[in-house]
Amino acid sequence: MAEPMGFFTDTTVCIGCKACEVACKEWNQLPATGGGVNTLSGDSYDNTRRLDGQTWRHVKFIEQFDESRQQSRWLMMSDVCKHCVQAGCLEVCPTGAIIRTEFDTVVIQSDVCNGCRACISACPFGVIDINPVNGTAMKCTLCYDRMQAGLTPACAQACPTQSIQFGPISELRARAEARVQQLHEQGETRAYIYGDESILGGLNSFYLLVDEPEVYGLPSNPKLPSRNTAPAASLSAAGAAALGLLGLVSLRKRRMDRLAADRKVAATEEGGESDA
Amino acid sequence: MPDTFFTEAPHWQWWIIWYFFIGGIGGGSYAIAALLHIFGEPEDRPIVRLGYYIALPSIIVSGILLTLDLTRPERFYHMLVQSKTFVPAFKYWSPMSVGSWGITLFGLFAFLSTVGALAETGRLPWSGLSRLNQGTLGLVINLAGGLCGFFVAGYTGVLLSVTNRPLWSDTPLLGLLFLLSAFSTAAALLLLVGRRRAQPESLEWLSQIDSWALILELVVLGAVILSVGTVVAREVLFNAWGVLLLVGVVLAGILVPLLLHWRPRLLGAASPLGAAALVLLGGFILRVVMLLSSEAV
Repeated sequence: MAEPMGFFTDTTVCIGCKACEVACKEWNQLPATGGGVNTLSGDSYDNTRRLDGQTWRHVKFIEQFDESRQQSRWLMMSDVCKHCVQAGCLEVCPTGAIIRTEFDTVVIQSDVCNGCRACISACPFGVIDINPVNGTAMKCTLCYDRMQAGLTPACAQACPTQSIQFGPISELRARAEARVQQLHEQGETRAYIYGDESILGGLNSFYLLVDEPEVYGLPSNPKLPSRNTAPAASLSAAGAAALGLLGLVSLRKRRMDRLAADRKVAATEEGGESDA
Repeated sequence: MPDTFFTEAPHWQWWIIWYFFIGGIGGGSYAIAALLHIFGEPEDRPIVRLGYYIALPSIIVSGILLTLDLTRPERFYHMLVQSKTFVPAFKYWSPMSVGSWGITLFGLFAFLSTVGALAETGRLPWSGLSRLNQGTLGLVINLAGGLCGFFVAGYTGVLLSVTNRPLWSDTPLLGLLFLLSAFSTAAALLLLVGRRRAQPESLEWLSQIDSWALILELVVLGAVILSVGTVVAREVLFNAWGVLLLVGVVLAGILVPLLLHWRPRLLGAASPLGAAALVLLGGFILRVVMLLSSEAV
């Protein structure tokens, strides 16, 4: 296996240019959403709005204003599949369409996927969706094709501010630590890494954030769907056992009641005969 | 905000709602038939056979509904075999994979028992096939098929819980809830369809276990609401879906049928029919609310 590879996205230097979104669409030949008809979100300068089957990179704009609209802050974050070390989508996929590659990334093989959509509801980050063009679930592949040829993924290649950095995970982790240290020294003490080993065994696409995860639309404690498998299956099995037992006991009781009634009738008849 | 609110809806909607309802009835009908086959009396046979007759078409329709729900229906067989090598594909930790195999196996047992029942009543020229429902072979088929029936009835709820979606993955109780509801709707359909051909003792027993299943279902439904926590309940169910759950499921689908089972003369001769119809309606609405309320978030 090759070395685990991934993205480190430093949101403090993202300028929201969306070059990554465009580079991703170009390289992966993803069509414009809605056939290229431009629709506006109406409540934000962000008109991409979300990741889906045709949008594998999405620069989130977090536009914060106070009541008087005097104070404002813009946070920008280029969102993408997190290529989780413990991946919920890979866990639930029934067809084996979702695989882990030699680079420790998670890829959906669109020739295998049959569109059951289990992965969509399993992803803790809402990354995956169906691409209406081919009807299969799609998401970022971390440019698996480019990586196999030794190239940098299109988004990281296009990023003008190096907000998106690509490389071996161990190297990126060290770089991220140094950057957090540097920001703390400069007075930005809120800076921290989202996606270390405490989250799903580590996110191979991790982030430097300066506010709570929820502010960026990220869950603070994402979990694997399989956390529920054993309890849910056991409770159902217990229910089945209880219903089976209920059936057994009620049918036995019915038989016993009938035998008792028959005996009573027989006894009465016998009594009647002896009288005669 | 709970972590489950950062996820995307899979758009499991009407095909799946109908599948959950019909598949549940199929699994429940076979389970009831198997219980009567193993522990019942000879006069229960009409209901046993009816259980098989409901199970087989139900599971066939279920397979069609599930295939239609795929965005690439022509690849339905990827659920069972690997697409290139045709080697069986089975992931015991993926509810969807286990479910696909469970439905397939259940279909096999429902088919065998149906053939046996048809032979038993002389509707097939080969009377020897009635052995499928007799002796040790019949016992084995009914045991295995009954277990598969319970599985089909309950795994759908487990599948919903093994996601990261609001409501579904916030409780481990949906599998149990769907299992109980499948059992009660199956008993109701057997009562409804079997009322002319079955013995009163069989119908009496069906009505009894239907009541028990409804009581358990009510308790588990309460536990589901408590277990998801106030934030999830407020966001997902404090709206029209919650009202539908209360009126359509709790009141019309559980409490009124229980009252009619308890006081069968309340609506005269129509009481058993009304109760059964309401249980079926409630079971359907339960699935509508459980799926669409979470999909709407």
